[in-house]
Amino acid sequence: MKAALEIEDVSVYYGKRRALERVSVRVGEGEIVTLLGANGAGKSTVLRAVSGLVRPTGGRIVYAGRDITRWPADAIVAAGIGHVPEGRDIFPEFTVLDNLLVGGHTVARRELAGRLESAFELFPLLRERRRQPAGTLSGGEQQMLAMGRALVARPRLLLLDEPSLGLAPMLTREIFRVIRRINQSGVSVLLVEQNARRALGVAHRGYVLETGRLVVSGASRDLLEDQRVQTAYLGLRPPTEGAREGG
Amino acid sequence: MRRWALGALGAGVLAWPWVAPRYFVFLASLILVNAVVAIGLNLLSGYTNQLSFGHAGFLAIGAYAAALLTIHAPAIPVVVTLLLGGAITAVVGLAFGVPCLRLGGLYLSMATLAFGFVVAEVILNLDALTRGADGLRVPAGRIAGWALSTDTARYYLAAAVTAVLVAGAVNLTRTRVGRAFLAIRESEVAAQASGVSLAAYRTAAFGVSAFYTGVAGGLFAFVVGYLSPDAFDVFLSVDFVVMIILGGLGSVPGSIMGAAVVTVLHDWLAAFQNFRPLIFGAILIACMLFMPGGMARALRPLGRR
Repeated sequence: MKAALEIEDVSVYYGKRRALERVSVRVGEGEIVTLLGANGAGKSTVLRAVSGLVRPTGGRIVYAGRDITRWPADAIVAAGIGHVPEGRDIFPEFTVLDNLLVGGHTVARRELAGRLESAFELFPLLRERRRQPAGTLSGGEQQMLAMGRALVARPRLLLLDEPSLGLAPMLTREIFRVIRRINQSGVSVLLVEQNARRALGVAHRGYVLETGRLVVSGASRDLLEDQRVQTAYLGLRPPTEGAREGG
Repeated sequence: MRRWALGALGAGVLAWPWVAPRYFVFLASLILVNAVVAIGLNLLSGYTNQLSFGHAGFLAIGAYAAALLTIHAPAIPVVVTLLLGGAITAVVGLAFGVPCLRLGGLYLSMATLAFGFVVAEVILNLDALTRGADGLRVPAGRIAGWALSTDTARYYLAAAVTAVLVAGAVNLTRTRVGRAFLAIRESEVAAQASGVSLAAYRTAAFGVSAFYTGVAGGLFAFVVGYLSPDAFDVFLSVDFVVMIILGGLGSVPGSIMGAAVVTVLHDWLAAFQNFRPLIFGAILIACMLFMPGGMARALRPLGRR
Protein backbone atom coordinates (compact mmCIF):
# COMPACT_ATOMS: atom_id res chain seq x y z
CA MET A 1 0.00 0.00 0.00
CA LYS A 2 1.26 3.50 -0.84
CA ALA A 3 2.13 5.55 2.22
CA ALA A 4 0.20 8.72 2.99
CA LEU A 5 2.52 9.50 5.87
CA GLU A 6 5.85 8.13 6.97
CA ILE A 7 7.29 9.15 10.30
CA GLU A 8 10.88 7.91 10.40
CA ASP A 9 12.93 7.78 13.61
CA VAL A 10 11.49 11.03 14.91
CA SER A 11 12.74 12.35 18.26
CA VAL A 12 11.28 15.37 20.04
CA TYR A 13 12.56 17.15 23.14
CA TYR A 14 10.71 19.73 25.18
CA GLY A 15 13.72 21.54 26.58
CA LYS A 16 15.79 18.77 28.12
CA ARG A 17 12.92 16.39 28.56
CA ARG A 18 12.54 13.70 25.98
CA ALA A 19 9.03 13.40 24.60
CA LEU A 20 9.71 11.06 21.68
CA GLU A 21 12.67 8.76 20.99
CA ARG A 22 13.15 7.49 17.44
CA VAL A 23 9.51 6.84 16.75
CA SER A 24 8.48 5.48 13.36
CA VAL A 25 4.87 5.33 12.26
CA ARG A 26 3.46 4.66 8.84
CA VAL A 27 -0.03 5.53 7.64
CA GLY A 28 -1.03 3.92 4.35
CA GLU A 29 -3.17 5.68 1.75
CA GLY A 30 -6.81 5.33 2.90
CA GLU A 31 -5.89 3.73 6.21
CA ILE A 32 -6.97 4.50 9.77
CA VAL A 33 -4.02 4.10 12.12
CA THR A 34 -4.28 4.61 15.85
CA LEU A 35 -1.68 5.60 18.44
CA LEU A 36 -2.37 4.20 21.88
CA GLY A 37 -0.73 4.77 25.22
CA ALA A 38 -1.12 6.23 28.66
CA ASN A 39 -1.15 9.94 29.50
CA GLY A 40 2.20 11.51 28.68
CA ALA A 41 3.34 8.68 26.45
CA GLY A 42 3.94 11.13 23.62
CA LYS A 43 0.91 10.45 21.45
CA SER A 44 -0.04 14.09 21.01
CA THR A 45 3.58 14.97 20.37
CA VAL A 46 3.60 12.70 17.33
CA LEU A 47 0.65 14.62 15.89
CA ARG A 48 2.16 17.98 16.79
CA ALA A 49 5.40 17.03 15.06
CA VAL A 50 3.53 16.01 11.91
CA SER A 51 1.55 19.25 11.74
CA GLY A 52 4.60 21.41 12.42
CA LEU A 53 3.62 22.64 15.87
CA VAL A 54 6.81 21.20 17.38
CA ARG A 55 10.15 20.66 15.65
CA PRO A 56 11.69 17.19 15.81
CA THR A 57 15.31 17.12 16.90
CA GLY A 58 15.93 14.08 14.75
CA GLY A 59 14.36 11.92 12.08
CA ARG A 60 12.11 12.97 9.23
CA ILE A 61 8.46 13.13 8.31
CA VAL A 62 7.42 12.37 4.75
CA TYR A 63 3.93 13.20 3.51
CA ALA A 64 2.81 12.19 0.01
CA GLY A 65 6.45 11.71 -0.98
CA ARG A 66 7.60 15.14 0.30
CA ASP A 67 9.82 15.73 3.31
CA ILE A 68 7.75 18.12 5.45
CA THR A 69 9.88 17.88 8.61
CA ARG A 70 10.89 21.57 8.58
CA TRP A 71 7.81 23.02 6.90
CA PRO A 72 5.89 25.76 8.74
CA ALA A 73 2.53 24.69 10.14
CA ASP A 74 0.47 26.72 7.67
CA ALA A 75 2.23 25.14 4.67
CA ILE A 76 1.52 21.69 6.10
CA VAL A 77 -2.18 22.50 6.36
CA ALA A 78 -2.17 23.83 2.82
CA ALA A 79 -0.48 20.63 1.65
CA GLY A 80 -3.44 18.58 2.93
CA ILE A 81 -2.88 17.61 6.54
CA GLY A 82 -5.69 18.51 8.94
CA HIS A 83 -5.11 18.52 12.69
CA VAL A 84 -7.88 18.39 15.29
CA PRO A 85 -5.95 19.38 18.43
CA GLU A 86 -6.52 17.81 21.81
CA GLY A 87 -9.18 19.30 24.03
CA ARG A 88 -11.10 20.37 20.87
CA ASP A 89 -9.42 23.79 21.00
CA ILE A 90 -12.20 25.60 19.18
CA PHE A 91 -12.36 29.41 19.17
CA PRO A 92 -14.88 29.91 21.98
CA GLU A 93 -15.78 33.57 21.32
CA PHE A 94 -16.32 32.95 17.61
CA THR A 95 -19.62 31.76 16.22
CA VAL A 96 -19.76 28.23 14.86
CA LEU A 97 -19.69 29.66 11.34
CA ASP A 98 -16.62 31.82 12.04
CA ASN A 99 -14.82 28.79 13.48
CA LEU A 100 -15.45 26.95 10.23
CA LEU A 101 -14.36 29.99 8.22
CA VAL A 102 -11.02 30.05 10.03
CA GLY A 103 -10.72 26.38 9.09
CA GLY A 104 -11.10 27.58 5.52
CA HIS A 105 -8.23 30.03 5.88
CA THR A 106 -6.21 28.28 3.18
CA VAL A 107 -9.24 27.66 0.93
CA ALA A 108 -9.89 29.77 -2.17
CA ARG A 109 -12.82 32.15 -1.69
CA ARG A 110 -15.00 30.69 -4.44
CA GLU A 111 -14.69 27.18 -3.01
CA LEU A 112 -15.48 28.16 0.55
CA ALA A 113 -19.28 27.91 0.33
CA GLY A 114 -19.11 24.36 -0.99
CA ARG A 115 -16.68 23.34 1.72
CA LEU A 116 -18.94 24.73 4.44
CA GLU A 117 -21.83 22.88 2.89
CA SER A 118 -20.03 19.53 3.10
CA ALA A 119 -19.07 20.19 6.73
CA PHE A 120 -22.73 20.91 7.50
CA GLU A 121 -23.76 17.72 5.71
CA LEU A 122 -21.44 15.69 7.91
CA PHE A 123 -22.54 17.50 11.07
CA PRO A 124 -26.11 18.80 10.53
CA LEU A 125 -26.15 20.08 14.09
CA LEU A 126 -23.52 22.67 13.23
CA ARG A 127 -25.81 24.19 10.63
CA GLU A 128 -28.53 24.74 13.22
CA ARG A 129 -26.01 26.31 15.59
CA ARG A 130 -24.01 28.30 13.09
CA ARG A 131 -24.83 31.71 14.60
CA GLN A 132 -24.17 30.53 18.16
CA PRO A 133 -20.90 31.30 19.99
CA ALA A 134 -18.84 28.11 19.92
CA GLY A 135 -18.12 28.33 23.64
CA THR A 136 -21.79 27.67 24.39
CA LEU A 137 -21.78 24.27 22.63
CA SER A 138 -21.64 21.02 24.55
CA GLY A 139 -18.47 18.94 24.59
CA GLY A 140 -19.66 16.65 21.84
CA GLU A 141 -20.79 19.54 19.67
CA GLN A 142 -17.44 21.24 20.17
CA GLN A 143 -15.69 18.06 19.04
CA MET A 144 -17.84 17.99 15.92
CA LEU A 145 -17.01 21.64 15.31
CA ALA A 146 -13.29 21.01 15.72
CA MET A 147 -13.51 18.16 13.21
CA GLY A 148 -15.67 20.20 10.86
CA ARG A 149 -13.19 23.06 11.05
CA ALA A 150 -10.33 20.78 10.00
CA LEU A 151 -12.41 19.23 7.22
CA VAL A 152 -13.24 22.58 5.61
CA ALA A 153 -9.64 22.61 4.34
CA ARG A 154 -10.41 19.20 2.75
CA PRO A 155 -7.36 17.34 4.10
CA ARG A 156 -6.04 14.12 2.57
CA LEU A 157 -4.73 13.11 5.99
CA LEU A 158 -6.56 13.87 9.23
CA LEU A 159 -4.83 13.90 12.61
CA LEU A 160 -7.32 13.38 15.44
CA ASP A 161 -6.25 13.94 19.03
CA GLU A 162 -8.47 12.22 21.59
CA PRO A 163 -11.78 12.93 19.87
CA SER A 164 -13.75 10.96 22.46
CA LEU A 165 -12.21 12.58 25.54
CA GLY A 166 -14.88 13.42 28.09
CA LEU A 167 -17.77 12.48 25.83
CA ALA A 168 -20.78 10.39 26.78
CA PRO A 169 -20.79 6.87 25.24
CA MET A 170 -23.53 7.76 22.77
CA LEU A 171 -21.61 10.78 21.47
CA THR A 172 -18.41 8.75 21.33
CA ARG A 173 -20.18 6.24 19.10
CA GLU A 174 -21.39 9.05 16.89
CA ILE A 175 -17.90 10.56 16.60
CA PHE A 176 -16.41 7.20 15.67
CA ARG A 177 -19.13 6.64 13.11
CA VAL A 178 -18.17 9.95 11.50
CA ILE A 179 -14.48 9.05 11.57
CA ARG A 180 -15.28 5.91 9.61
CA ARG A 181 -17.35 7.92 7.16
CA ILE A 182 -14.58 10.47 6.65
CA ASN A 183 -12.18 7.62 6.02
CA GLN A 184 -14.53 6.03 3.51
CA SER A 185 -14.46 9.26 1.54
CA GLY A 186 -10.75 8.61 0.98
CA VAL A 187 -9.13 10.46 3.86
CA SER A 188 -6.29 8.72 5.71
CA VAL A 189 -6.58 9.07 9.49
CA LEU A 190 -4.02 9.07 12.28
CA LEU A 191 -6.00 8.74 15.49
CA VAL A 192 -4.71 9.29 19.00
CA GLU A 193 -6.94 7.72 21.65
CA GLN A 194 -7.04 6.61 25.23
CA ASN A 195 -10.14 4.58 24.56
CA ALA A 196 -8.15 1.71 23.06
CA ARG A 197 -11.03 -0.64 22.50
CA ARG A 198 -12.96 1.87 20.44
CA ALA A 199 -9.89 3.06 18.59
CA LEU A 200 -8.90 -0.47 17.61
CA GLY A 201 -12.50 -1.08 16.64
CA VAL A 202 -12.27 1.54 13.93
CA ALA A 203 -8.56 1.45 13.01
CA HIS A 204 -6.86 -0.91 10.60
CA ARG A 205 -3.59 -0.89 12.48
CA GLY A 206 -2.22 0.48 15.73
CA TYR A 207 0.93 1.47 17.56
CA VAL A 208 1.45 1.57 21.32
CA LEU A 209 3.67 4.26 22.82
CA GLU A 210 5.23 4.19 26.25
CA THR A 211 7.19 7.20 27.55
CA GLY A 212 8.10 8.31 24.09
CA ARG A 213 9.01 4.94 22.60
CA LEU A 214 7.10 2.52 20.43
CA VAL A 215 6.65 -0.76 22.26
CA VAL A 216 4.36 -2.71 19.99
CA SER A 217 2.53 -2.33 16.71
CA GLY A 218 0.37 -4.42 14.47
CA ALA A 219 -3.06 -5.05 13.02
CA SER A 220 -5.90 -3.91 15.27
CA ARG A 221 -7.19 -7.45 15.62
CA ASP A 222 -3.86 -8.68 17.01
CA LEU A 223 -3.41 -5.68 19.29
CA LEU A 224 -6.77 -6.25 20.93
CA GLU A 225 -5.44 -9.61 22.12
CA ASP A 226 -2.08 -8.22 23.25
CA GLN A 227 -1.34 -8.28 26.96
CA ARG A 228 0.59 -4.99 26.92
CA VAL A 229 -2.23 -3.23 25.09
CA GLN A 230 -4.65 -4.41 27.70
CA THR A 231 -2.40 -2.96 30.37
CA ALA A 232 -2.06 0.41 28.64
CA TYR A 233 -5.76 0.52 27.97
CA LEU A 234 -6.62 -0.26 31.57
CA GLY A 235 -4.07 2.28 32.75
CA LEU A 236 -2.56 -0.07 35.31
CA ARG A 237 0.97 0.92 34.42
CA PRO A 238 2.46 3.28 37.02
CA PRO A 239 2.93 6.83 35.70
CA THR A 240 6.52 7.38 34.64
CA GLU A 241 8.88 10.11 35.79
CA GLY A 242 8.53 13.53 34.22
CA ALA A 243 5.88 12.40 31.78
CA ARG A 244 3.39 15.25 32.04
CA GLU A 245 2.50 16.53 28.66
CA GLY A 246 -1.05 15.36 28.61
CA GLY A 247 -1.42 12.64 26.07
CA MET B 1 -31.15 49.72 18.99
CA ARG B 2 -27.54 49.50 17.84
CA ARG B 3 -28.14 51.67 14.80
CA TRP B 4 -29.93 54.20 16.97
CA ALA B 5 -27.06 54.30 19.44
CA LEU B 6 -24.51 54.75 16.66
CA GLY B 7 -26.58 57.57 15.17
CA ALA B 8 -26.82 59.32 18.53
CA LEU B 9 -23.10 58.94 19.05
CA GLY B 10 -22.38 60.36 15.60
CA ALA B 11 -24.69 63.33 16.18
CA GLY B 12 -23.06 63.96 19.55
CA VAL B 13 -19.59 63.91 18.04
CA LEU B 14 -20.67 66.33 15.28
CA ALA B 15 -22.46 68.71 17.63
CA TRP B 16 -19.80 68.72 20.33
CA PRO B 17 -17.87 71.88 19.23
CA TRP B 18 -21.16 73.84 19.20
CA VAL B 19 -22.15 72.95 22.74
CA ALA B 20 -18.85 72.48 24.58
CA PRO B 21 -16.36 75.13 25.71
CA ARG B 22 -13.18 75.44 23.67
CA TYR B 23 -10.99 73.51 26.07
CA PHE B 24 -13.32 70.55 25.99
CA VAL B 25 -13.16 70.55 22.21
CA PHE B 26 -9.39 70.21 22.52
CA LEU B 27 -9.85 67.46 25.12
CA ALA B 28 -12.23 65.60 22.83
CA SER B 29 -9.62 65.77 20.06
CA LEU B 30 -7.10 64.20 22.43
CA ILE B 31 -9.58 61.43 23.23
CA LEU B 32 -9.92 60.74 19.51
CA VAL B 33 -6.14 60.64 19.05
CA ASN B 34 -5.77 58.27 21.98
CA ALA B 35 -8.65 56.13 20.74
CA VAL B 36 -6.82 55.59 17.45
CA VAL B 37 -3.64 54.61 19.33
CA ALA B 38 -5.63 52.28 21.59
CA ILE B 39 -7.24 50.58 18.59
CA GLY B 40 -3.81 50.23 16.99
CA LEU B 41 -2.30 48.80 20.15
CA ASN B 42 -5.26 46.48 20.58
CA LEU B 43 -4.77 45.08 17.07
CA LEU B 44 -1.31 44.03 18.22
CA SER B 45 -1.78 43.14 21.87
CA GLY B 46 -5.42 42.19 22.07
CA TYR B 47 -5.54 40.22 18.84
CA THR B 48 -2.12 38.63 18.48
CA ASN B 49 -1.01 38.57 22.14
CA GLN B 50 2.00 40.85 21.67
CA LEU B 51 1.93 43.38 24.49
CA SER B 52 3.80 46.55 23.59
CA PHE B 53 5.18 49.08 26.05
CA GLY B 54 6.68 51.12 23.24
CA HIS B 55 3.73 52.67 21.46
CA ALA B 56 4.69 56.17 22.57
CA GLY B 57 7.68 55.57 20.26
CA PHE B 58 5.44 54.82 17.28
CA LEU B 59 3.28 57.82 18.16
CA ALA B 60 6.40 60.02 18.22
CA ILE B 61 7.53 58.77 14.81
CA GLY B 62 4.13 59.53 13.28
CA ALA B 63 3.98 62.92 15.01
CA TYR B 64 7.45 64.05 13.96
CA ALA B 65 6.97 62.70 10.43
CA ALA B 66 3.75 64.66 10.01
CA ALA B 67 5.23 67.81 11.59
CA LEU B 68 8.37 67.76 9.45
CA LEU B 69 6.37 67.08 6.31
CA THR B 70 4.13 70.05 7.08
CA ILE B 71 7.11 72.31 7.74
CA HIS B 72 9.14 71.29 4.69
CA ALA B 73 6.32 70.56 2.25
CA PRO B 74 3.41 72.77 3.30
CA ALA B 75 1.62 72.21 0.00
CA ILE B 76 0.77 68.60 0.85
CA PRO B 77 -2.86 68.26 2.01
CA VAL B 78 -3.17 67.32 5.64
CA VAL B 79 -4.82 63.96 4.92
CA VAL B 80 -1.91 62.90 2.73
CA THR B 81 0.51 64.04 5.43
CA LEU B 82 -1.26 61.85 7.96
CA LEU B 83 -1.21 58.87 5.60
CA LEU B 84 2.49 59.35 4.91
CA GLY B 85 3.20 59.62 8.64
CA GLY B 86 1.26 56.39 9.16
CA ALA B 87 3.09 54.68 6.31
CA ILE B 88 6.52 55.69 7.61
CA THR B 89 5.60 54.44 11.07
CA ALA B 90 4.26 51.19 9.58
CA VAL B 91 7.58 50.55 7.85
CA VAL B 92 9.39 51.06 11.15
CA GLY B 93 6.84 48.78 12.84
CA LEU B 94 7.36 46.00 10.30
CA ALA B 95 11.14 46.32 10.54
CA PHE B 96 10.85 46.10 14.31
CA GLY B 97 8.27 43.32 14.23
CA VAL B 98 10.32 40.82 12.24
CA PRO B 99 13.15 40.38 14.79
CA CYS B 100 10.53 40.46 17.57
CA LEU B 101 8.94 37.29 16.16
CA ARG B 102 11.54 35.27 17.99
CA LEU B 103 10.60 36.89 21.27
CA GLY B 104 7.62 35.96 23.38
CA GLY B 105 5.81 37.38 26.36
CA LEU B 106 8.02 39.29 28.74
CA TYR B 107 10.98 39.50 26.35
CA LEU B 108 8.83 41.06 23.67
CA SER B 109 7.52 43.63 26.15
CA MET B 110 11.09 44.44 27.16
CA ALA B 111 12.08 44.91 23.53
CA THR B 112 9.16 47.29 22.91
CA LEU B 113 10.00 49.18 26.09
CA ALA B 114 13.56 49.62 24.83
CA PHE B 115 12.21 50.69 21.44
CA GLY B 116 10.31 53.55 23.10
CA PHE B 117 13.49 54.79 24.79
CA VAL B 118 15.50 54.51 21.58
CA VAL B 119 12.99 56.61 19.64
CA ALA B 120 13.08 59.35 22.28
CA GLU B 121 16.89 59.34 22.21
CA VAL B 122 16.98 59.49 18.43
CA ILE B 123 14.63 62.48 18.42
CA LEU B 124 16.83 64.22 21.00
CA ASN B 125 20.00 63.59 19.03
CA LEU B 126 18.71 64.41 15.56
CA ASP B 127 18.34 68.00 16.70
CA ALA B 128 19.22 69.42 13.28
CA LEU B 129 15.95 67.96 12.09
CA THR B 130 13.80 67.71 15.22
CA ARG B 131 15.25 70.63 17.23
CA GLY B 132 15.86 68.10 20.03
CA ALA B 133 14.82 69.09 23.51
CA ASP B 134 13.84 72.60 22.39
CA GLY B 135 10.79 71.09 20.80
CA LEU B 136 9.16 71.64 17.46
CA ARG B 137 6.32 73.99 16.70
CA VAL B 138 3.87 72.41 14.25
CA PRO B 139 2.31 74.76 11.68
CA ALA B 140 -1.38 74.37 10.94
CA GLY B 141 -2.17 71.66 8.43
CA ARG B 142 -3.83 72.75 5.19
CA ILE B 143 -6.59 71.12 3.28
CA ALA B 144 -7.76 72.52 -0.06
CA GLY B 145 -6.15 75.86 0.67
CA TRP B 146 -7.82 76.15 4.02
CA ALA B 147 -5.66 76.18 7.17
CA LEU B 148 -6.86 74.11 10.12
CA SER B 149 -6.05 76.82 12.64
CA THR B 150 -8.89 76.49 15.16
CA ASP B 151 -9.56 73.82 17.76
CA THR B 152 -12.87 73.11 16.08
CA ALA B 153 -11.29 72.55 12.67
CA ARG B 154 -8.69 70.24 14.14
CA TYR B 155 -11.37 68.44 16.10
CA TYR B 156 -13.35 67.71 12.95
CA LEU B 157 -10.19 66.49 11.22
CA ALA B 158 -9.52 64.12 14.12
CA ALA B 159 -13.15 62.97 14.19
CA ALA B 160 -13.21 62.22 10.46
CA VAL B 161 -9.92 60.33 10.52
CA THR B 162 -10.95 58.40 13.63
CA ALA B 163 -14.28 57.45 12.06
CA VAL B 164 -12.51 56.01 9.01
CA LEU B 165 -9.98 54.11 11.12
CA VAL B 166 -12.66 52.75 13.47
CA ALA B 167 -14.67 51.53 10.49
CA GLY B 168 -11.50 49.95 9.14
CA ALA B 169 -10.77 48.15 12.41
CA VAL B 170 -14.35 46.93 12.84
CA ASN B 171 -14.46 45.60 9.31
CA LEU B 172 -11.01 44.11 9.54
CA THR B 173 -12.37 41.68 12.08
CA ARG B 174 -14.97 40.57 9.54
CA THR B 175 -12.42 39.71 6.89
CA ARG B 176 -10.23 36.67 6.49
CA VAL B 177 -7.23 38.63 7.77
CA GLY B 178 -9.11 39.94 10.78
CA ARG B 179 -10.49 36.51 11.60
CA ALA B 180 -6.94 35.17 11.49
CA PHE B 181 -5.82 37.89 13.96
CA LEU B 182 -8.65 37.02 16.32
CA ALA B 183 -8.08 33.30 15.90
CA ILE B 184 -4.50 33.78 17.09
CA ARG B 185 -5.87 35.58 20.14
CA GLU B 186 -8.31 32.77 20.88
CA SER B 187 -5.87 29.90 20.42
CA GLU B 188 -2.47 29.97 18.78
CA VAL B 189 -2.41 26.20 18.39
CA ALA B 190 -5.83 25.98 16.77
CA ALA B 191 -5.05 28.95 14.53
CA GLN B 192 -1.89 27.28 13.29
CA ALA B 193 -3.67 23.98 12.89
CA SER B 194 -6.15 25.84 10.67
CA GLY B 195 -3.37 27.07 8.43
CA VAL B 196 -2.91 30.57 9.85
CA SER B 197 0.75 31.55 9.67
CA LEU B 198 1.71 32.86 13.08
CA ALA B 199 4.84 34.57 11.77
CA ALA B 200 3.10 36.35 8.90
CA TYR B 201 0.15 37.59 10.96
CA ARG B 202 2.24 38.66 13.92
CA THR B 203 4.44 40.73 11.65
CA ALA B 204 1.43 42.13 9.84
CA ALA B 205 -0.10 43.07 13.19
CA PHE B 206 3.00 45.11 13.99
CA GLY B 207 2.67 46.91 10.67
CA VAL B 208 -1.05 47.65 11.02
CA SER B 209 -0.67 48.65 14.66
CA ALA B 210 2.20 50.99 13.83
CA PHE B 211 0.20 52.49 10.95
CA TYR B 212 -2.73 53.35 13.23
CA THR B 213 -0.41 54.76 15.86
CA GLY B 214 1.53 56.75 13.26
CA VAL B 215 -1.64 58.34 11.92
CA ALA B 216 -2.63 59.13 15.49
CA GLY B 217 0.80 60.69 15.95
CA GLY B 218 0.15 63.02 13.04
CA LEU B 219 -3.21 64.02 14.51
CA PHE B 220 -1.52 64.55 17.86
CA ALA B 221 1.00 66.89 16.23
CA PHE B 222 -1.75 69.02 14.69
CA VAL B 223 -4.02 68.98 17.73
CA VAL B 224 -1.33 69.87 20.27
CA GLY B 225 0.71 72.07 17.91
CA TYR B 226 3.99 71.49 19.71
CA LEU B 227 6.21 68.40 19.94
CA SER B 228 9.05 67.58 22.28
CA PRO B 229 10.62 64.21 23.02
CA ASP B 230 9.62 64.20 26.68
CA ALA B 231 5.95 64.11 25.66
CA PHE B 232 6.54 60.56 24.41
CA ASP B 233 7.94 59.00 27.55
CA VAL B 234 7.41 55.49 28.85
CA PHE B 235 4.50 56.61 31.02
CA LEU B 236 2.57 57.47 27.87
CA SER B 237 3.19 53.93 26.60
CA VAL B 238 1.90 52.58 29.89
CA ASP B 239 -1.17 54.82 29.58
CA PHE B 240 -1.95 53.19 26.24
CA VAL B 241 -1.68 49.74 27.82
CA VAL B 242 -4.02 50.88 30.62
CA MET B 243 -6.50 52.09 27.97
CA ILE B 244 -6.79 48.72 26.27
CA ILE B 245 -6.83 46.67 29.45
CA LEU B 246 -9.43 48.95 31.04
CA GLY B 247 -11.42 49.11 27.82
CA GLY B 248 -11.10 45.46 26.86
CA LEU B 249 -8.43 43.50 25.03
CA GLY B 250 -9.40 42.74 21.47
CA SER B 251 -12.38 45.10 21.43
CA VAL B 252 -12.68 48.18 19.21
CA PRO B 253 -15.46 49.87 21.27
CA GLY B 254 -13.46 48.95 24.37
CA SER B 255 -10.41 50.74 22.99
CA ILE B 256 -12.44 53.90 22.50
CA MET B 257 -13.99 53.72 25.98
CA GLY B 258 -10.62 53.03 27.58
CA ALA B 259 -9.05 55.95 25.72
CA ALA B 260 -11.87 58.26 26.82
CA VAL B 261 -11.67 57.30 30.49
CA VAL B 262 -7.87 57.49 30.69
CA THR B 263 -7.71 60.81 28.82
CA VAL B 264 -10.35 62.42 31.01
CA LEU B 265 -8.75 61.03 34.18
CA HIS B 266 -5.46 62.49 33.06
CA ASP B 267 -7.07 65.84 32.72
CA TRP B 268 -8.68 65.67 36.16
CA LEU B 269 -5.47 64.51 37.75
CA ALA B 270 -3.38 67.25 36.15
CA ALA B 271 -2.88 68.84 39.57
CA PHE B 272 -1.71 65.57 41.10
CA GLN B 273 0.99 64.56 38.61
CA ASN B 274 2.95 62.60 41.20
CA PHE B 275 0.04 60.32 41.98
CA ARG B 276 -0.60 59.49 38.35
CA PRO B 277 1.40 56.24 38.17
CA LEU B 278 -0.08 55.17 41.49
CA ILE B 279 -3.66 55.73 40.40
CA PHE B 280 -3.21 54.21 36.96
CA GLY B 281 -1.33 51.26 38.40
CA ALA B 282 -4.20 50.67 40.81
CA ILE B 283 -6.69 50.83 37.94
CA LEU B 284 -4.63 48.30 36.01
CA ILE B 285 -4.49 45.85 38.91
CA ALA B 286 -8.17 46.30 39.73
CA CYS B 287 -9.11 45.65 36.11
CA MET B 288 -7.09 42.48 35.91
CA LEU B 289 -8.58 41.22 39.16
CA PHE B 290 -12.21 42.25 38.87
CA MET B 291 -12.86 43.03 35.22
CA PRO B 292 -10.61 40.83 33.08
CA GLY B 293 -12.52 41.54 29.88
CA GLY B 294 -12.42 45.28 30.51
CA MET B 295 -15.33 47.67 30.13
CA ALA B 296 -16.28 46.10 26.81
CA ARG B 297 -17.13 42.79 28.47
CA ALA B 298 -18.58 44.35 31.62
CA LEU B 299 -21.00 46.42 29.54
CA ARG B 300 -21.92 43.74 27.05
CA PRO B 301 -24.99 42.49 28.90
CA LEU B 302 -26.41 46.04 28.66
CA GLY B 303 -26.03 46.06 24.89
CA ARG B 304 -27.83 42.75 24.53
CA ARG B 305 -30.92 43.93 26.32
